Amino acid sequence: MSFINYSSREINCKIVYYGPGLCGKTTNLQFIYKRTNPEQKGKLISLATETERTLFFDFLPLALGDIRGFRVRFHLYTVPGQVFYAASRKLILKGVDGVIFVADSQIERMEANIESLEDLRINLAEQGYTLEKLPYAVQYNKRDLPNVAPLEEMNKLLNVNGALWFEGVATTGVGVFETLKGVARQVLLELKKHY
Amino acid sequence: MAGSDLVMYDSEFQKIDEELQRLHQQANANVVFLVDKNGQLIASAGDTHNIDTTSLASLTAGNIAATGGIARLLGEKEFTILFHEGEKDNIHISLIGQRVILVVIFDQRSSLGLVRLRVKKTSEVLARIFDEMTSKAEKEKAEGGKTAESPFAEISDEDIDNLFR
Repeated sequence: MSFINYSSREINCKIVYYGPGLCGKTTNLQFIYKRTNPEQKGKLISLATETERTLFFDFLPLALGDIRGFRVRFHLYTVPGQVFYAASRKLILKGVDGVIFVADSQIERMEANIESLEDLRINLAEQGYTLEKLPYAVQYNKRDLPNVAPLEEMNKLLNVNGALWFEGVATTGVGVFETLKGVARQVLLELKKHY
Repeated sequence: MAGSDLVMYDSEFQKIDEELQRLHQQANANVVFLVDKNGQLIASAGDTHNIDTTSLASLTAGNIAATGGIARLLGEKEFTILFHEGEKDNIHISLIGQRVILVVIFDQRSSLGLVRLRVKKTSEVLARIFDEMTSKAEKEKAEGGKTAESPFAEISDEDIDNLFR
């Protein structure tokens, strides 16, 4: 649910990073934060436990520039990936404009990926959304690790509808901005359709 | 897409701004904010220079969302008022019409009683303004017209590329 303010000439859009625990959602945000000019970003807020696991959400406001005289702001959120934070994940998806699913490429995490994707579908459905109609992209993260599943197989398991996908190594930034841009583009084109 | 986007024009913003200024004055508050339930700042009144308003908006919305979650677990529809008391500053958060969140930050120059009283009045006015906004948006949608001055009709791939340069 975008917020278009003709008075201050701003568009605000919400993008949520989803995925299983420890897949690299927060790392995506941290990299974006590190690589963005100070005037384009706000504070990166992490509501995390003492062991740096996301407790409620991470939040990063980005104002990348103007389109047709309107300042475009993206509010990036991550959900807590751990299974037992299901209730919090639901809350964060409210009013979402675009979703990035971060999958952990390690073979032993495939089950967790599938479970998280199913969880995402259910939570979206509760709000009347479907993944197919929402601006959406998949990031196959941790491609630098030795025990990763082949992309073909990951696509078969996690991306049956052939959504936009990217390879990622969030710790070094590979694919991070590409993925964000992929979804941001869809979000803005969606606005074009409606307004 | 589920739900509808929030579109605000100048005239509506003026009305909202006026109302917040009035509340800021009458409640003797330090700062007054209006936040969308999704965490986007709509308007503010008072001295916001030392406050990270964007973060505050997002955290307030998270707070309301979490409290709403607790409410539903208990079989309540929603807890409409939250109050946090600090050593110097206090924060009064209230939900208006299930859609927007009104935040009042105040210190010892005001009181909880005064803030509650003034917030109640302001809430009624704001609820009316947002009702009008919603029905206007629905009417526009029903007429099938895109807004005449839509800035989005012309969005090109190049515009989007430029954002990420």
